[in-house]
Amino acid sequence: MQIPYTVAPRQDTGLFNAKLGIWLFLASEVMLFGALFSSLVLLRTGAPEWPHGWDHLDWKLATFNTIVLISSSVTMVMAWASLMMKDFSKFRIYLGGTILLALLFLVVKYFEYTHEFHLGIFPSTSAFFAVYFTMTGLHGLHILGGIIVNGYLWGPGARMWKTDPARFTNRIEIAGLYWHFVDLVWIFLFPVLYLL
Amino acid sequence: MDHVATAGHHAHEEILPFWRKYLFSQDHKTIGIQYGLTSLVFLLFGFTLMMLMRWQLAYPGQPIPFVGQWFGEANAPGGVMVPEFYNQLGAMHGTIMVFLGVVPLAVGAFGNYIIPLQIGAPDMAFPKLNAASYWSYFTGGVVMLSSFFVPGGAANSGWTSYAPLSTIATQGQTWWLLGMIFLITSSLLGSVNIIVTIIQLRAKGMNFMRFPFFVWAQLVTSFLLLLAFPPLEAAGVMQLMDRVVGTSFFMPSGLVVAGQPLTNSGGGSPVLWQHLFWFLAHPEVYVLILPAMGIVAEVIANNTRKPLWGYKSIVYATIFLGFMSFIVWAHHMFLTGMGTTISAFFQTTTMIISIPSVVILTALVLSLYGGSIRFTTPMLFATAFLPMFGIGGLTGLPLGLAPTDIHLHDTYYVIGHFHYVVAPGTIFALFAGIYHWFPKVTGHRMNESLGKIHFWGSLVSINFIFMPMFIQGLAGVSRRLYDGGQQYAHAQGVLYLNQVMSIAAWTLFVFQLPFIFNFFWSIWKGEKSSDNPWDATTLEWQTPTPPGHGNFLIEPVVYRTPYEYSVPNASKDFTPQTEPEKA
Amino acid sequence: MTNDPHANEIKQHVRKYVIVFVALLTLTIVTVAISTFHLPVGAAIAVALVVATIKGSLVASYFMHLISEKKLIYFVLILTAVFFVVLMVLPISHWADNPGLH
Repeated sequence: MQIPYTVAPRQDTGLFNAKLGIWLFLASEVMLFGALFSSLVLLRTGAPEWPHGWDHLDWKLATFNTIVLISSSVTMVMAWASLMMKDFSKFRIYLGGTILLALLFLVVKYFEYTHEFHLGIFPSTSAFFAVYFTMTGLHGLHILGGIIVNGYLWGPGARMWKTDPARFTNRIEIAGLYWHFVDLVWIFLFPVLYLL
Repeated sequence: MDHVATAGHHAHEEILPFWRKYLFSQDHKTIGIQYGLTSLVFLLFGFTLMMLMRWQLAYPGQPIPFVGQWFGEANAPGGVMVPEFYNQLGAMHGTIMVFLGVVPLAVGAFGNYIIPLQIGAPDMAFPKLNAASYWSYFTGGVVMLSSFFVPGGAANSGWTSYAPLSTIATQGQTWWLLGMIFLITSSLLGSVNIIVTIIQLRAKGMNFMRFPFFVWAQLVTSFLLLLAFPPLEAAGVMQLMDRVVGTSFFMPSGLVVAGQPLTNSGGGSPVLWQHLFWFLAHPEVYVLILPAMGIVAEVIANNTRKPLWGYKSIVYATIFLGFMSFIVWAHHMFLTGMGTTISAFFQTTTMIISIPSVVILTALVLSLYGGSIRFTTPMLFATAFLPMFGIGGLTGLPLGLAPTDIHLHDTYYVIGHFHYVVAPGTIFALFAGIYHWFPKVTGHRMNESLGKIHFWGSLVSINFIFMPMFIQGLAGVSRRLYDGGQQYAHAQGVLYLNQVMSIAAWTLFVFQLPFIFNFFWSIWKGEKSSDNPWDATTLEWQTPTPPGHGNFLIEPVVYRTPYEYSVPNASKDFTPQTEPEKA
Repeated sequence: MTNDPHANEIKQHVRKYVIVFVALLTLTIVTVAISTFHLPVGAAIAVALVVATIKGSLVASYFMHLISEKKLIYFVLILTAVFFVVLMVLPISHWADNPGLH
């Protein structure tokens, strides 16, 4: 007996397995980043003084990165839409674009961090910087994870388009949900850290 | 017994090499067994750590007999345990029992093996993820155990790893944090798998109110793991940052250690660690108890030849319990200087959460009434669970109310309370589960006489370990004292109990030997079992023994509720869930 | 899944994606611009969170298709939202009527 509902949705829930699975995983990620936001709130409200993000962080670079990430979210959903329209080459372009934009995000981050280190600013410098480095660092690790998954699906994983196109399309949808979530976290991280 | 669905070998099933069939198997039954064996080893190891601690508590400053020389000069010069080593044993005993022993056994082993069978599914929803979960757990375990061998030894700041002590602790704490990251990852992947499996892969006719209660218990447990663990993962990362990179998430300003002021930035909050830790660790205790209640329910219904009393009440109570478990955590923190409003809030929610626990326990007790009880070994353990859990639960009440908690917090009373729920509570239930499902997994029955010796010896000795703890706690003996309270005037009157408890602990170990022997011997030499030796109604007993890959050849169809025992006018005293209603 | 009406449906979706993209870019510029006014802390936080919530809702509703998702997913997310709020609010309530040491 094969495992059912890997592609076709189950009638009463209306979902295929991985769709439920990824949303459950994203729920856990909400709690993960939620704990960091909660820590930020607790440390900030308890601190006699707290630096302004726009004073101490490169908000211009971060604005650029925000646009980069939002764009990568668009290319990601377009990758899935392309597959839904059976256009494999468009899919490759869009997913490739997503990966490149994600790499660009990390490159910018690299310059941002190294500039800070150069100025003698480290996570240990203060509670503000501890929070900044940890939250953006964990977020960055999630970007890296997304790059690896998307890279696999762009490369060797794309073979599944030939053998089981519906299942492959679902995989891209699932990867997309993860990627949009990573974008969503940044949408909150960016103003909270850089603009307040 | 009739097989609604049999699983044979498909004609084109590939022959897998050893490493793929056993080591990196994706079959939920193999993975369940992997979890089971690994967790039993960890349980034994954690038990051994406790036996060492109990020597020091009973005979402080005396060299440990026979094995004292093995621990080296750093830990036990001349065989006498140093306090630092005692603290390692304490922290690792708790960590190993909870995270490497009980939960992997209750959820990883029993959950993985039984859930797909009970809901009529061919496997878990994500077999590769399942294998990844197990190996992540295994890796976490290796990391944890390795920490004993690094300079300074294993983690020694309690299983609770409170900052700032844990931040300045020896290297082993870093290993603890890394180990926890692997374990939490394993848990998260596993909980996603269980939830999707239960909701999506249940067979036709298996609607939610036809689930065996075991399945409900695992479903709610998995939601707890899914949503409560991530904050601890975040906290673990932050503590790692504090230790390795010098941040001050949990380090307040102005700390002085050994006469030297610390040079970190300060401005952190030790209480923040406690909030994030207990946000997980409170739901964690329901993770420890719910699968156990699930097992007890199955065993009781089967051995009373009666449906469970109040199935709906138990289900709703479990759901309510799961929800409430997220908003009671700070009852572990009453003494941290919290304001009276928030204290009142947590006291209230804590009192409220006792209600569903009582509902479930009462329903299970009422399930015995009027039953034709067969006191098989699983039934003995399941029945004993009830009063033992009752004691554990009742003793929690003064802890959940701040005024009484002021006196009892961090004393042996707490240790007595939580051990009652976990040891003669959960672990007894897990034993019941092992004896109950062993025939399905191995095709053999465990020996009943050895089982009864195991049961009675364990029941008596375990009470002699934990009951005196209430007395010591009420007398004011603090926990985590390596000399068991010797130095305190207020403890003198109850010190003799240390010896009582230690002898009881070593006796408890002796009574595990028949179990260990029985377990392995019966795999090969136990009395051969039929497919449904207990005449049970639930789906796992309608498969061949052991079930083949894919479990069911044709999708089973469910027509009935899970406990149709002694139905009037039925031909047998049990009716399997897959048996259609009479035409 | 190869019929034309389906492809048309996807094209409708693509239109939505482009509109949302433009909205997100606009809101990004808005939130950055407002931050340059250096509003008092309380107001700054409120505005930033409101804008972020709007942006996040757009991503969730349209890119993640939450606007037309199944009930079970909504249930999981609402449950998560409740516990998320608990995690945000309760720890800082610790000192609500007892300022003391943090």
